[in-house]
Amino acid sequence: MIALIVEALLKFAVVVGGLMTAAAYLVLLERWIAAWVQDRRGPNRVGIPLTNIKLFGLGQPLADGVKFIFKANVTPEHVDRTLYWLAPAVVMAAALCAFAVIPFGSVLPDFLPDAWGIEEPIRLAVAPTLDVAVLFVFAVGGAAVFGVMLGGWASNNKYSLLGALRSSAQLISYELPLGLGILGVVAAAGSLRFSEIIAQQANSGWWNIAVQPLGFVVFIVAAFAEASRLPFDLSEAEQELVGGYHTEYSGVKLMMLLVGEYLHMITAAFLIVIFFLGGWHFWGLTDGLDSPGGDAVTWPVALARVAVLMAKVLAVILFFMLTRWSWPRFRYDQLMNLAWKVMLPWGVLNVVVVAAAIEFAGRWAAALGVSASMAAALAGWAALTLAVVLTAWADPTTADNRPMRTLPALRGNADETR
Amino acid sequence: MKPDDPSITWVEPPELGLAGKSYLPLFVQGLTTTLRHLLSPKKTVEYPEEDHAIPDPIIYRGVHRLNRDDQGRVKCVACFLCATACPAHCIDIVAAESPWPDREKYPQTFTIDELRCIFCGMCEEACPVDAIELTSLYTLSGKSREEMIFDKEKLLSIYDQTCQAEPSRTQRSDS
Repeated sequence: MIALIVEALLKFAVVVGGLMTAAAYLVLLERWIAAWVQDRRGPNRVGIPLTNIKLFGLGQPLADGVKFIFKANVTPEHVDRTLYWLAPAVVMAAALCAFAVIPFGSVLPDFLPDAWGIEEPIRLAVAPTLDVAVLFVFAVGGAAVFGVMLGGWASNNKYSLLGALRSSAQLISYELPLGLGILGVVAAAGSLRFSEIIAQQANSGWWNIAVQPLGFVVFIVAAFAEASRLPFDLSEAEQELVGGYHTEYSGVKLMMLLVGEYLHMITAAFLIVIFFLGGWHFWGLTDGLDSPGGDAVTWPVALARVAVLMAKVLAVILFFMLTRWSWPRFRYDQLMNLAWKVMLPWGVLNVVVVAAAIEFAGRWAAALGVSASMAAALAGWAALTLAVVLTAWADPTTADNRPMRTLPALRGNADETR
Repeated sequence: MKPDDPSITWVEPPELGLAGKSYLPLFVQGLTTTLRHLLSPKKTVEYPEEDHAIPDPIIYRGVHRLNRDDQGRVKCVACFLCATACPAHCIDIVAAESPWPDREKYPQTFTIDELRCIFCGMCEEACPVDAIELTSLYTLSGKSREEMIFDKEKLLSIYDQTCQAEPSRTQRSDS
């Protein structure tokens, strides 16, 4: 029993420590990428304190953290104190909770004495045996919106309230495509456990992005929106809302809100990798056991899996950061149109196609003379093509409400009016 | 002008094609632009270690200097044209009778308040004997206001510092 608790606490320490460090260094990475994309150099001065060693600016996160902690922690007079103090904690707790079930690797080889009474192999997740892990992540992800709403409401500030309103409407709207996006994955794996979902992709050798491209597109768009990253960062659009729901926050509380957002991005990256990019699987590198039980892992394979998973997550995060500078922010009606008129039908179509593929892929494969996975993948890509072309043709997101349209009528030639 | 003014030609944006409406080509285009800039050489300069390249030092308007003639004397004849031209009133000259036979006056003191100066270059343009010039030195800093009031000796020493790198700017400097 004590051994189990120690094991769980050790994993917990690794996860929380790793996440906090990762969040700090991702801020640095984000600033670097922002600078490089704008042809600047980015933070490259801060190195080891009290020396002149610069280390490409790798000391910057430490300086940022110290700055945040020692800044004045202003609580404005007009706020609801209880909720105002609660909001950062809720955001942070909800963001961290998700990592209780998200695996950061596969399993470790047997290396502990049997007398310690620890079930081996040790699975690399804090709570690896939770059967509804996917549901859990989505539940705590949905709880994060409470933090945002509390922050916006308690701040007693119009900008904060508008940011919180936008954020909550956006998060609730994009929960649907998010759920529909993973429905196909869960159906294909037949399990709500992350380890099973990865194992299914590893055993077949077909990552879900190849089999269910439509689901991938729906999920990644919804994940961007859930993480409130550009082009979906309407909740804190600086140009319109000062800072959105964290306008009135400063010091450590602001840092907690910002770190919470980074954690959401990390969660989203982990989910994208686990659901669609094969998790820790990479052909030739992580093979050696792809059986669900997983008891023949050697140390090189176990470490390679952790490395592969982290590399994929980092790649997805880089994509997040590059997208930020590639695409302008959506207008609010465009955001809602995209969620309800595009992503929701696409998600439904994806579920239908995946369900049909699970049922009939064998027959399609026999008819086409290819493997079952290939047949399912062909169906998936056909669905994606169909969805993109149909959407482009129907163009449901364009809402032309410019007053200009009425002008031909004003000028007297009404036939030009649409 | 009202929106229904007949002289306004209203132009509609071109309709997007199927590819444009599907967002995908435009997204790839945007991502390519971002990636190209991500990997391109950076425009900013590591400033304290590395100096900015000034495109043409001859027309740069930095710190002032008082030129010397070929005998090492100050060129200025204390005519006050620069002080008159100065829109910021930062030049203060006290004239005295010249000890040299080739001119009537010379500046006993010549001070420029570099904190008031707006570096417009009007003094340089006004000077009839090309005595005051702006250099390309831009690292102008001091620890007090008093330190930033440059007197004649300081301005002459700036000439000594910069006369090798930057010869006199104007064509009239024949003396």
